[in-house]
Amino acid sequence: MARKRDRNAPEVNAGSMADIAFLLLIFFLVTTTIAVDSGVLVKLPPWSNEPPPEMKLNSRNVYSVLVNANNDLLVRGEPKSIDDLRADTKEFIMNPKKLDNMAEKPTKAIISLKNDRGTSYNTYLEVYNELKAAYNELRNEEANKRYGKDYSYIDRVKQKEIREMIPLVISEAEPTNFGEEN
Amino acid sequence: MGKFQKKRGKAKPTISTASLPDIIFMLLFFFMVVTVLRESEEKVAQSLPEATELTKLEKKSLVNYLLVGKPVQKYQNTYGTKPQLQLGDKFADIKEIPLFIEKHRSKVNEKEIPAIISSLKIDGDVTMGIVTDIKTELRKSGQLKVNYSAKKRVD
Repeated sequence: MARKRDRNAPEVNAGSMADIAFLLLIFFLVTTTIAVDSGVLVKLPPWSNEPPPEMKLNSRNVYSVLVNANNDLLVRGEPKSIDDLRADTKEFIMNPKKLDNMAEKPTKAIISLKNDRGTSYNTYLEVYNELKAAYNELRNEEANKRYGKDYSYIDRVKQKEIREMIPLVISEAEPTNFGEEN
Repeated sequence: MGKFQKKRGKAKPTISTASLPDIIFMLLFFFMVVTVLRESEEKVAQSLPEATELTKLEKKSLVNYLLVGKPVQKYQNTYGTKPQLQLGDKFADIKEIPLFIEKHRSKVNEKEIPAIISSLKIDGDVTMGIVTDIKTELRKSGQLKVNYSAKKRVD
Protein backbone atom coordinates (compact mmCIF):
# COMPACT_ATOMS: atom_id res chain seq x y z
CA MET A 1 0.00 0.00 0.00
CA ALA A 2 2.69 2.43 1.02
CA ARG A 3 4.75 1.53 -1.99
CA LYS A 4 1.86 2.18 -4.30
CA ARG A 5 1.21 5.69 -2.90
CA ASP A 6 4.86 6.59 -3.35
CA ARG A 7 4.75 5.82 -7.01
CA ASN A 8 1.92 8.19 -8.00
CA ALA A 9 1.44 10.87 -5.39
CA PRO A 10 -2.18 12.07 -4.94
CA GLU A 11 -2.54 15.31 -6.87
CA VAL A 12 -5.29 17.91 -6.80
CA ASN A 13 -6.86 18.03 -10.22
CA ALA A 14 -5.50 21.24 -11.75
CA GLY A 15 -7.53 21.01 -14.93
CA SER A 16 -10.22 23.34 -13.70
CA MET A 17 -7.70 26.04 -12.79
CA ALA A 18 -7.66 27.05 -16.44
CA ASP A 19 -11.42 27.53 -16.35
CA ILE A 20 -11.14 29.73 -13.29
CA ALA A 21 -8.45 31.84 -14.93
CA PHE A 22 -10.52 32.06 -18.09
CA LEU A 23 -13.52 33.18 -16.09
CA LEU A 24 -11.41 35.93 -14.51
CA LEU A 25 -10.06 36.98 -17.90
CA ILE A 26 -13.51 37.16 -19.45
CA PHE A 27 -14.94 39.00 -16.44
CA PHE A 28 -12.30 41.72 -16.75
CA LEU A 29 -12.63 41.86 -20.51
CA VAL A 30 -16.36 42.48 -20.18
CA THR A 31 -16.32 44.93 -17.30
CA THR A 32 -13.45 47.11 -18.54
CA THR A 33 -14.75 50.04 -20.51
CA ILE A 34 -12.01 51.99 -22.18
CA ALA A 35 -13.11 55.60 -21.99
CA VAL A 36 -13.46 57.11 -25.45
CA ASP A 37 -12.85 60.81 -25.48
CA SER A 38 -15.39 62.87 -27.27
CA GLY A 39 -15.99 66.53 -27.75
CA VAL A 40 -17.02 69.35 -30.02
CA LEU A 41 -14.80 69.33 -33.11
CA VAL A 42 -13.73 72.75 -34.29
CA LYS A 43 -11.48 73.92 -37.09
CA LEU A 44 -9.52 77.02 -36.18
CA PRO A 45 -8.67 79.60 -38.81
CA PRO A 46 -5.00 79.73 -39.84
CA TRP A 47 -2.88 82.37 -38.15
CA SER A 48 -1.66 85.36 -40.09
CA ASN A 49 0.22 88.36 -38.82
CA GLU A 50 -1.59 90.78 -41.04
CA PRO A 51 -5.01 91.95 -39.98
CA PRO A 52 -7.77 90.21 -41.92
CA PRO A 53 -8.93 92.07 -45.01
CA GLU A 54 -11.94 94.29 -44.56
CA MET A 55 -14.92 92.51 -45.89
CA LYS A 56 -18.05 94.24 -46.94
CA LEU A 57 -20.82 92.17 -45.52
CA ASN A 58 -24.44 92.88 -45.79
CA SER A 59 -25.56 93.16 -42.20
CA ARG A 60 -28.62 91.08 -42.92
CA ASN A 61 -26.34 88.09 -43.50
CA VAL A 62 -24.47 88.42 -40.24
CA TYR A 63 -25.75 86.78 -37.10
CA SER A 64 -23.72 88.31 -34.34
CA VAL A 65 -23.57 86.63 -30.97
CA LEU A 66 -21.87 88.35 -28.08
CA VAL A 67 -21.21 86.66 -24.78
CA ASN A 68 -20.06 89.00 -22.07
CA ALA A 69 -18.14 88.43 -18.85
CA ASN A 70 -21.42 87.94 -16.96
CA ASN A 71 -22.28 85.14 -19.36
CA ASP A 72 -25.19 87.10 -20.84
CA LEU A 73 -25.99 86.80 -24.50
CA LEU A 74 -26.51 89.63 -26.93
CA VAL A 75 -27.80 88.37 -30.25
CA ARG A 76 -28.07 90.90 -33.08
CA GLY A 77 -28.27 93.69 -30.55
CA GLU A 78 -30.86 92.11 -28.33
CA PRO A 79 -30.50 90.09 -25.15
CA LYS A 80 -31.45 86.46 -25.58
CA SER A 81 -31.53 83.30 -23.55
CA ILE A 82 -29.38 80.34 -24.56
CA ASP A 83 -32.49 78.15 -24.72
CA ASP A 84 -33.88 80.16 -27.63
CA LEU A 85 -30.59 80.39 -29.50
CA ARG A 86 -30.85 77.20 -31.50
CA ALA A 87 -34.31 77.85 -32.93
CA ASP A 88 -33.47 81.48 -33.62
CA THR A 89 -30.27 80.56 -35.46
CA LYS A 90 -32.10 78.04 -37.58
CA GLU A 91 -34.70 80.58 -38.54
CA PHE A 92 -32.01 83.11 -39.41
CA ILE A 93 -30.11 80.74 -41.69
CA MET A 94 -33.05 79.34 -43.59
CA ASN A 95 -35.18 82.48 -43.52
CA PRO A 96 -38.40 80.61 -44.29
CA LYS A 97 -40.53 83.74 -44.44
CA LYS A 98 -38.03 85.55 -46.69
CA LEU A 99 -37.72 88.45 -44.30
CA ASP A 100 -35.29 91.14 -45.36
CA ASN A 101 -33.44 91.22 -42.04
CA MET A 102 -32.33 87.60 -42.22
CA ALA A 103 -29.88 85.68 -44.40
CA GLU A 104 -30.46 85.93 -48.16
CA LYS A 105 -29.67 82.26 -48.47
CA PRO A 106 -27.92 79.70 -46.25
CA THR A 107 -24.64 79.96 -48.16
CA LYS A 108 -24.38 83.65 -47.36
CA ALA A 109 -25.16 83.36 -43.66
CA ILE A 110 -22.27 84.06 -41.32
CA ILE A 111 -22.30 83.52 -37.60
CA SER A 112 -20.08 85.93 -35.76
CA LEU A 113 -19.17 84.89 -32.24
CA LYS A 114 -17.46 87.18 -29.83
CA ASN A 115 -16.74 86.83 -26.17
CA ASP A 116 -14.91 88.54 -23.31
CA ARG A 117 -11.82 87.14 -21.70
CA GLY A 118 -13.90 86.79 -18.58
CA THR A 119 -16.62 84.66 -20.17
CA SER A 120 -16.79 81.27 -18.56
CA TYR A 121 -15.78 78.33 -20.72
CA ASN A 122 -19.00 76.54 -19.80
CA THR A 123 -21.11 79.25 -21.37
CA TYR A 124 -18.85 79.61 -24.38
CA LEU A 125 -19.03 75.93 -25.19
CA GLU A 126 -22.76 75.85 -24.60
CA VAL A 127 -23.27 78.68 -27.07
CA TYR A 128 -20.91 77.07 -29.58
CA ASN A 129 -22.72 73.79 -29.15
CA GLU A 130 -26.10 75.42 -29.80
CA LEU A 131 -24.82 77.11 -32.97
CA LYS A 132 -23.35 73.87 -34.22
CA ALA A 133 -26.52 72.02 -33.29
CA ALA A 134 -28.56 74.47 -35.34
CA TYR A 135 -26.49 73.66 -38.40
CA ASN A 136 -26.54 69.95 -37.76
CA GLU A 137 -30.31 69.99 -37.41
CA LEU A 138 -30.73 71.93 -40.62
CA ARG A 139 -28.50 69.50 -42.49
CA ASN A 140 -30.44 66.63 -41.04
CA GLU A 141 -33.73 68.14 -42.11
CA GLU A 142 -32.40 68.71 -45.61
CA ALA A 143 -31.10 65.15 -45.85
CA ASN A 144 -34.43 63.81 -44.68
CA LYS A 145 -36.29 65.92 -47.20
CA ARG A 146 -34.09 64.83 -50.09
CA TYR A 147 -33.20 61.27 -49.32
CA GLY A 148 -35.47 60.29 -46.46
CA LYS A 149 -32.48 59.49 -44.27
CA ASP A 150 -30.51 61.22 -41.55
CA TYR A 151 -27.42 63.18 -42.57
CA SER A 152 -25.04 60.69 -41.00
CA TYR A 153 -26.57 57.79 -42.94
CA ILE A 154 -26.21 59.15 -46.48
CA ASP A 155 -23.04 58.67 -48.51
CA ARG A 156 -20.16 61.11 -48.60
CA VAL A 157 -20.96 62.70 -51.94
CA LYS A 158 -24.47 63.56 -50.83
CA GLN A 159 -23.15 64.77 -47.49
CA LYS A 160 -20.80 67.11 -49.26
CA GLU A 161 -23.65 68.39 -51.40
CA ILE A 162 -25.65 69.28 -48.33
CA ARG A 163 -22.60 70.68 -46.57
CA GLU A 164 -22.06 73.03 -49.49
CA MET A 165 -25.67 74.04 -49.45
CA ILE A 166 -25.63 74.81 -45.74
CA PRO A 167 -22.01 75.64 -44.95
CA LEU A 168 -21.02 76.09 -41.34
CA VAL A 169 -19.37 79.47 -41.01
CA ILE A 170 -18.64 80.54 -37.48
CA SER A 171 -16.29 83.44 -37.35
CA GLU A 172 -14.72 84.19 -34.00
CA ALA A 173 -13.50 87.65 -33.25
CA GLU A 174 -10.67 88.44 -30.88
CA PRO A 175 -12.17 88.71 -27.41
CA THR A 176 -12.34 91.93 -25.51
CA ASN A 177 -10.43 92.26 -22.28
CA PHE A 178 -13.32 92.42 -19.89
CA GLY A 179 -13.68 90.68 -16.62
CA GLU A 180 -10.58 88.53 -16.50
CA GLU A 181 -9.62 87.60 -12.99
CA ASN A 182 -5.98 88.08 -12.21
CA MET B 1 14.81 -3.30 -23.95
CA GLY B 2 12.23 -5.32 -22.22
CA LYS B 3 12.54 -3.07 -19.22
CA PHE B 4 11.37 -0.02 -21.15
CA GLN B 5 8.36 -1.73 -22.65
CA LYS B 6 7.12 -2.74 -19.27
CA LYS B 7 7.19 0.83 -17.97
CA ARG B 8 5.34 2.30 -20.92
CA GLY B 9 2.55 -0.14 -20.47
CA LYS B 10 1.99 0.91 -16.88
CA ALA B 11 1.74 4.79 -17.05
CA LYS B 12 -1.06 6.22 -19.16
CA PRO B 13 0.23 8.85 -21.60
CA THR B 14 -1.81 11.95 -20.73
CA ILE B 15 -0.82 15.54 -21.41
CA SER B 16 -0.54 17.40 -18.16
CA THR B 17 -3.11 20.19 -17.94
CA ALA B 18 -1.45 21.66 -14.88
CA SER B 19 0.37 24.30 -16.93
CA LEU B 20 -2.78 25.49 -18.71
CA PRO B 21 -3.71 27.96 -15.97
CA ASP B 22 -0.21 29.37 -16.20
CA ILE B 23 -0.70 30.01 -19.88
CA ILE B 24 -4.06 31.70 -19.28
CA PHE B 25 -2.61 33.75 -16.43
CA MET B 26 0.17 34.83 -18.74
CA LEU B 27 -2.46 36.02 -21.21
CA LEU B 28 -4.27 37.86 -18.43
CA PHE B 29 -1.09 39.57 -17.28
CA PHE B 30 -0.14 40.44 -20.83
CA PHE B 31 -3.42 42.25 -21.39
CA MET B 32 -3.28 43.89 -17.98
CA VAL B 33 0.17 45.30 -18.72
CA VAL B 34 -0.54 46.31 -22.30
CA THR B 35 -3.85 48.07 -21.63
CA VAL B 36 -3.28 51.78 -21.17
CA LEU B 37 -6.04 53.34 -19.17
CA ARG B 38 -4.77 56.87 -18.88
CA GLU B 39 -1.54 58.23 -20.26
CA SER B 40 -0.81 60.71 -17.56
CA GLU B 41 -1.91 61.82 -14.15
CA GLU B 42 -4.36 64.69 -14.11
CA LYS B 43 -2.78 67.45 -12.13
CA VAL B 44 -5.54 69.95 -12.79
CA ALA B 45 -9.19 69.71 -11.81
CA GLN B 46 -11.34 68.52 -14.66
CA SER B 47 -15.06 68.95 -14.60
CA LEU B 48 -15.76 68.98 -18.29
CA PRO B 49 -18.70 70.92 -19.72
CA GLU B 50 -21.62 69.15 -21.30
CA ALA B 51 -22.58 69.25 -24.96
CA THR B 52 -24.72 67.42 -27.47
CA GLU B 53 -22.87 67.77 -30.78
CA LEU B 54 -20.05 65.40 -29.97
CA THR B 55 -17.46 63.78 -32.18
CA LYS B 56 -15.54 60.77 -30.96
CA LEU B 57 -11.77 60.75 -31.10
CA GLU B 58 -11.01 57.55 -32.93
CA LYS B 59 -7.26 57.28 -33.46
CA LYS B 60 -5.50 57.72 -30.15
CA SER B 61 -2.07 58.04 -31.72
CA LEU B 62 -3.17 61.13 -33.64
CA VAL B 63 -4.46 62.96 -30.58
CA ASN B 64 -2.57 65.18 -28.20
CA TYR B 65 -4.05 66.42 -24.97
CA LEU B 66 -3.95 69.89 -23.51
CA LEU B 67 -5.43 70.07 -20.04
CA VAL B 68 -6.52 73.29 -18.43
CA GLY B 69 -7.94 73.83 -14.99
CA LYS B 70 -7.21 74.71 -11.39
CA PRO B 71 -4.32 72.69 -9.96
CA VAL B 72 -5.60 69.93 -7.69
CA GLN B 73 -5.22 70.26 -3.91
CA LYS B 74 -1.72 68.83 -3.55
CA TYR B 75 -0.21 71.13 -6.16
CA GLN B 76 -1.94 74.28 -4.98
CA ASN B 77 0.93 75.27 -2.67
CA THR B 78 3.37 75.37 -5.57
CA TYR B 79 1.18 76.46 -8.44
CA GLY B 80 -1.59 78.46 -6.79
CA THR B 81 -5.25 78.25 -7.64
CA LYS B 82 -5.25 80.07 -10.94
CA PRO B 83 -6.05 77.94 -14.00
CA GLN B 84 -2.95 76.22 -15.32
CA LEU B 85 -2.05 74.39 -18.48
CA GLN B 86 -0.86 70.81 -18.29
CA LEU B 87 1.01 69.27 -21.21
CA GLY B 88 1.78 65.59 -20.96
CA ASP B 89 2.23 64.94 -17.27
CA LYS B 90 3.60 68.28 -16.15
CA PHE B 91 2.52 71.87 -15.77
CA ALA B 92 3.59 74.05 -18.64
CA ASP B 93 3.57 77.58 -19.87
CA ILE B 94 1.45 78.52 -22.86
CA LYS B 95 4.68 79.37 -24.71
CA GLU B 96 5.64 75.70 -24.63
CA ILE B 97 2.72 74.63 -26.83
CA PRO B 98 4.53 74.88 -30.22
CA LEU B 99 7.32 72.62 -28.96
CA PHE B 100 4.78 70.17 -27.55
CA ILE B 101 2.93 70.05 -30.89
CA GLU B 102 6.21 69.67 -32.79
CA LYS B 103 7.29 66.79 -30.56
CA HIS B 104 4.05 64.98 -31.23
CA ARG B 105 4.34 65.59 -34.97
CA SER B 106 7.80 64.07 -35.10
CA LYS B 107 6.40 60.82 -33.70
CA VAL B 108 3.66 60.61 -36.31
CA ASN B 109 3.87 59.37 -39.88
CA GLU B 110 4.37 62.36 -42.16
CA LYS B 111 1.22 61.67 -44.15
CA GLU B 112 -0.90 61.66 -41.05
CA ILE B 113 0.24 65.01 -39.67
CA PRO B 114 -2.75 66.93 -41.08
CA ALA B 115 -5.06 64.52 -39.28
CA ILE B 116 -3.67 65.31 -35.83
CA ILE B 117 -6.30 66.59 -33.44
CA SER B 118 -5.62 68.56 -30.29
CA SER B 119 -8.00 67.60 -27.55
CA LEU B 120 -8.60 70.53 -25.24
CA LYS B 121 -9.72 69.24 -21.88
CA ILE B 122 -10.78 72.39 -20.18
CA ASP B 123 -12.52 72.73 -16.87
CA GLY B 124 -15.90 74.40 -17.28
CA ASP B 125 -15.18 77.09 -14.70
CA VAL B 126 -12.11 78.42 -16.49
CA THR B 127 -12.52 81.83 -18.11
CA MET B 128 -12.01 82.33 -21.83
CA GLY B 129 -8.83 84.39 -21.40
CA ILE B 130 -6.44 81.45 -21.07
CA VAL B 131 -8.47 79.46 -23.60
CA THR B 132 -8.08 82.22 -26.19
CA ASP B 133 -4.33 82.41 -25.57
CA ILE B 134 -4.05 78.66 -26.08
CA LYS B 135 -6.10 78.83 -29.26
CA THR B 136 -3.88 81.60 -30.60
CA GLU B 137 -0.77 79.57 -29.82
CA LEU B 138 -2.26 76.53 -31.56
CA ARG B 139 -3.10 78.57 -34.62
CA LYS B 140 0.42 79.95 -34.71
CA SER B 141 1.84 76.44 -34.71
CA GLY B 142 -0.52 75.40 -37.48
CA GLN B 143 -2.49 72.99 -35.32
CA LEU B 144 -5.98 73.85 -36.50
CA LYS B 145 -7.98 70.74 -35.73
CA VAL B 146 -9.23 71.10 -32.22
CA ASN B 147 -11.65 69.12 -30.14
CA TYR B 148 -13.23 70.77 -27.10
CA SER B 149 -13.59 67.80 -24.83
CA ALA B 150 -17.06 67.51 -23.38
CA LYS B 151 -19.38 65.02 -21.79
CA LYS B 152 -22.59 63.89 -23.37
CA ARG B 153 -25.51 65.85 -22.05
CA VAL B 154 -28.26 63.66 -20.73
CA ASP B 155 -31.62 65.34 -21.04
